[in-house]
Amino acid sequence: MDAIFGANICWLLSRGLHLLNDLAGGHGTYQADFCVVVKHFDALLRGAGITLLYAFGTIVGGLVLGVLCGTAMLSRHKFLTLPFNAYVQFFRCTPLLVQIVWFYYALPMLLGYSLPAWMASGLGLTLYMGAFCAEIFRGGIQSIDRGQWQAARALGMTYLQLMRRVILPQAMRRMIPPFTNQSVLQLKNTSLLYVVAGHDLMYYAAQLTSQTFRPFEFYTTVAMMYFVMLYPATKFAKRLEARVDI
Amino acid sequence: MSAANLPAASDDVMIRITDLHKHYAKLHALKGVSLTVKRGEVLFVIGPSGCGKSTLLRCINLLEEPAAGTVAVGEDVIHFGPGHRMPSGGVLAKYRTQIGMVFQQFDLFPHMTAIQNVMEGPVTVKGIRRKQAFTLARELLKKVGLSEKENNYPRNLSGGQAQRVAIARALAMQPRVMLFDEVTSALDPELVGEVLGVMFQLAEEGTTMVVVTHEMAFASEVADRIVFMDAGQIVEEGTADDVLLQPRNPRLQSFLARFHHNMGTAPS
Ligand SMILES: Nc1ncnc2c1ncn2[C@@H]1O[C@H](COP(=O)(O)OP(=O)(O)OP(=O)(O)O)[C@@H](O)[C@H]1O
Ligand SMILES: [Mg+2]
Repeated sequence: MDAIFGANICWLLSRGLHLLNDLAGGHGTYQADFCVVVKHFDALLRGAGITLLYAFGTIVGGLVLGVLCGTAMLSRHKFLTLPFNAYVQFFRCTPLLVQIVWFYYALPMLLGYSLPAWMASGLGLTLYMGAFCAEIFRGGIQSIDRGQWQAARALGMTYLQLMRRVILPQAMRRMIPPFTNQSVLQLKNTSLLYVVAGHDLMYYAAQLTSQTFRPFEFYTTVAMMYFVMLYPATKFAKRLEARVDI
Repeated sequence: MSAANLPAASDDVMIRITDLHKHYAKLHALKGVSLTVKRGEVLFVIGPSGCGKSTLLRCINLLEEPAAGTVAVGEDVIHFGPGHRMPSGGVLAKYRTQIGMVFQQFDLFPHMTAIQNVMEGPVTVKGIRRKQAFTLARELLKKVGLSEKENNYPRNLSGGQAQRVAIARALAMQPRVMLFDEVTSALDPELVGEVLGVMFQLAEEGTTMVVVTHEMAFASEVADRIVFMDAGQIVEEGTADDVLLQPRNPRLQSFLARFHHNMGTAPS
């Protein structure tokens, strides 16, 4: 990063914090120094990249998994709905942290070999997202009025035709808000990679903190970085919702 | 009808239902209903709430699976009962294309405009080209008096307009039979007339129709034949005059009496 620009930012941040401290009438004696953050900012950016990559990958994976499971859960056959229901309920009702730790530390006991951290956490995150997506998908389809199904059937549509032309276009609109909510949560949840030493944003922050003894600067910056990633995403989701509103 | 006293040739009969049974859990909703509708005939089905009128219509186009009996529309004959399963999805879909159905709640597709609703069946189900379907849909919307509303979404249509679009949507499949299930019951009174007007026109054109309704005046005007159902059975049938003016069955008599009482009218 450009040295002068970096120094300027660093000065600005420090001044801002002093000002805040004064305004709040604080008696803190801590002298914040954001120069150290600026110095290691590329590492944080790399971490943010990994975080985004994980969020994106596991959201897409969870979406695919969710659509497949959700479809199976809509079936009339018990032997299909039962196992998928069990999966969904199980992953919705256990903490993601426990799941990731389980895949990383417990599963190797069964397999006889250990999964790399990225795979254990990726698996946990994807299955977790998949469970919620399945529920969102199933709920969306089932929320469509019975009259729509019968009107489509009465026209002579096959199941696939009525799904594609009548049910899904309406259901998808209803799935968008819960799906974006879950995606926002998912990006936040990638911070749990940190517990198995996956190299995400939170992990880099912790590493740099232990190197520099500057938790205030790093964790403040990291919080802001998550915010910068998520706030536009929620705005975008709002716009999308408004656009597809019928 | 000129051929009325000849034995019904099979191509003169459009719908033939034989000893039809339907159960909802413990409830025996249809208890052996038999019914024949001739080509071009307008049959009205009346009866108290819960007697099974909707169930009967829904069994005709197999939105419900009958427990036993035979349903025949045109050349398609489908048996139900032990050893007979519901036909597969494709067969069922094909069977339904010859039957148009209009529902109490219209059930238009809310994400499509009026004309898209009407085009949907021909394009998706019959595979007709969009341009051709568009022309057909325009004609039908004109016929139900809604040429100006073709680009409206259902939420921007009045109940009466929505129901007329729903009729056009069903007609677009060029079905051999039209089923109407209390299509004016959800409408404000001042909008009932415009929908009945369209149905009257269809009847005049010789459309084969089965109509479930509580509009007795309309029934007496349009019906070739009326059947009265009670508790899952047909208990009386005949011409409009027979059934409405000379009811024999006591349950029909009390149904009509209650009806006239509620409507504040007396049998003419
Ligand atoms: N899907 C269903 N599940 C369970 N019972 C049902 C179902 N549909 C209808 N029934 C019952 O079957 C009986 C016949 O219902 P149906 O809707 O055919 O009556 P109807 O003559 O159309 O009445 P209405 O004039 O109120 O529309 C009623 O007792 C009703 O409660
Ligand atoms: Mg009914």
